Amino acid sequence: MMIQDTLSYSYMAIKTQPIRVMLIILAMSIGIASVTILTALGESARLYIVNEFQSLGTNLIIVLPGRTETTGGQPPLFGATPRDLTLADAEALYRSHHIAAIAPVSVGAAPISTKGLEREVTILGSTSALRRVRHLSLSKGHFLPESDANKALSICVIGQTIKDELFAQQQAVGKWLRINDRRFRVIGVLESEGQSIGVDFDDMVIVPVASAQALFNTQSLFRILVETKSKQGMYKAVDDISEIIKQRHEGEDDVTLVTQDSVVNTFDEILAAVTLTVASIASISLAVAGILVMNVMWVSVAQRTAEIGLLKALGATKGQILCLFLTEAAMLSFAGALTGVLLGKITLMALQISYPDFPFYLPVWAIFSALAVSLVTALIFGVLPAKQAAGMNPVTALNKR
Amino acid sequence: MIELENIHRTFQVGEQSVHALNNINLTINKGEYVSIMGPSGSGKSTLLNVIALLDQPSSGIYSLNNQIVTQLDDNQLAQVRRENIGFVFQFFHLIARYSAAENIEIPMILAGVPIQERKQRVADALLAVDLQQRATHRPDQLSGGQIQRVAIARAMIMQPQILLADEPTGNLDSKSGEGIIELLENLNQKQTTLVMITHDEALGSRAQRIIRLIDGKIV
Ligand SMILES: Nc1ncnc2c1ncn2[C@@H]1O[C@H](COP(=O)(O)OP(=O)(O)OP(=O)(O)O)[C@@H](O)[C@H]1O
Ligand SMILES: [Mg+2]
Repeated sequence: MMIQDTLSYSYMAIKTQPIRVMLIILAMSIGIASVTILTALGESARLYIVNEFQSLGTNLIIVLPGRTETTGGQPPLFGATPRDLTLADAEALYRSHHIAAIAPVSVGAAPISTKGLEREVTILGSTSALRRVRHLSLSKGHFLPESDANKALSICVIGQTIKDELFAQQQAVGKWLRINDRRFRVIGVLESEGQSIGVDFDDMVIVPVASAQALFNTQSLFRILVETKSKQGMYKAVDDISEIIKQRHEGEDDVTLVTQDSVVNTFDEILAAVTLTVASIASISLAVAGILVMNVMWVSVAQRTAEIGLLKALGATKGQILCLFLTEAAMLSFAGALTGVLLGKITLMALQISYPDFPFYLPVWAIFSALAVSLVTALIFGVLPAKQAAGMNPVTALNKR
Repeated sequence: MIELENIHRTFQVGEQSVHALNNINLTINKGEYVSIMGPSGSGKSTLLNVIALLDQPSSGIYSLNNQIVTQLDDNQLAQVRRENIGFVFQFFHLIARYSAAENIEIPMILAGVPIQERKQRVADALLAVDLQQRATHRPDQLSGGQIQRVAIARAMIMQPQILLADEPTGNLDSKSGEGIIELLENLNQKQTTLVMITHDEALGSRAQRIIRLIDGKIV
């Protein structure tokens, strides 16, 4: 028996049972749709976060003051307030050959005002290297100039939101801005970043790091962002940084180094696990659909008993009968699965329209595995009815009407 | 070509066993025209089913074309059935969702005959039973006599040497029944071995040989 004949026989048999077919397709498509949608949501969330982290900058190492690891032993009597990170620490890091750029960061909040408009914003002090390390782009003007980090210049770069709120339609570059009691000249406006994880550069004023330290009257840094020359150099750079800081902090390794890699990998793994779990839960609905397939196949076999007897009388083998009924079950499931994938796609498209900023993405492997799962379900649940059909005695089957 | 030796067939119905065929010895030669007659329940259908390889005897030896077919497995049985035996039923047994042409095509589909050849042979078969105008009609659009003609075309499509018919006119009026018998006898003229069960004495006596069964025995 040829494949196209098997398919055509099964198709003809299915066609005579439209209502039952609709039911199976409905059940199967709901199962498949929920699996695909949930997988897509999980995958999209994973990709979104991984992307966001990658856009924070490549080959990035974040140096944080303080050690997050517990060292064990007796807790020190007077508390172990770690030594602060200073600008001098940051500059010292240039001794490592693996480091391409260093952006010291100092953060605080302060009121800013211009022409009577005033609001409280985050002030970020850094150097020209920040632009490179965090991949910032400007819509107007210039970023902080390359100059001595210790020089407290009265210039600032503002985010898009602040520009809109304080200057509206006017030209911002060249205007003066008051931060606390000091006047700063706006030299640039950042390009809007849109959705972003972590720091919202749109709602921020960037000033030279020394100016920020003066504003907040502190010598310490919030953190130091380091870009390494290459991905391979990352681990050597981490070692170098530890070593340099240790030397400068009297033998105390009192900083925490976070590589972007490790953060991304952690999120990647967590979200992949979440996706898998959610998809597995959704696949329970597939099992339900499978049971429905089995039920419909039992009815199909019972109704077509005489026909099975006839096929045997006309020379069909057990294997052929088995194949015919399995094909029927597989076709039903497959139709359901295709509908389900389509349903899932439509739902995702609707979601995409509702949330244009979030990139919904249905991985191709999810589509194929949905189809494969539905086929396997059909075969598992279809095999018992099909076996019953194949094992029928032709005479008894023929006499049943 | 058909040789039955000491064939028994018993059915177990609860505690009771029914001896449907009781020591049947029978030889039917190629091209013969044999009718099987006997009262209801005498084992006629059981005998024909055994000959058709649809049913297995409880004991005895059946050889077909000098090949013992009592010990064959399912696949071999299906093949022998497909290649050697055509069967016409009292209740026609056409598949309702298929047209006349498609019903005739089924044995060739099961045998894996290529589609081009199938179409040609179906057309010839329809012509042979004088139904070329009815190729696309489904069974519910055909009369009883036409349905049985389709069934005969289907039984003959694999060009078997043996044609078995279990009361082929049992559900037809006498006029269409007459047409069916003529068709079967025509096939017999062309060297097809014809074995037919009938209740009708007049029909039965048209055969070269009448086998009478009573209580599972040939008398
Ligand atoms: N599957 C079966 N199970 C039990 N008994 C059976 C079975 N098939 C046939 N019999 C019995 O075997 C005997 C012969 O049956 P069979 O159908 O061969 O008779 P028949 O001569 O064809 O009768 P009819 O003229 O009514 O068709 C009957 O007594 C019947 O009850
Ligand atoms: Mg009978």
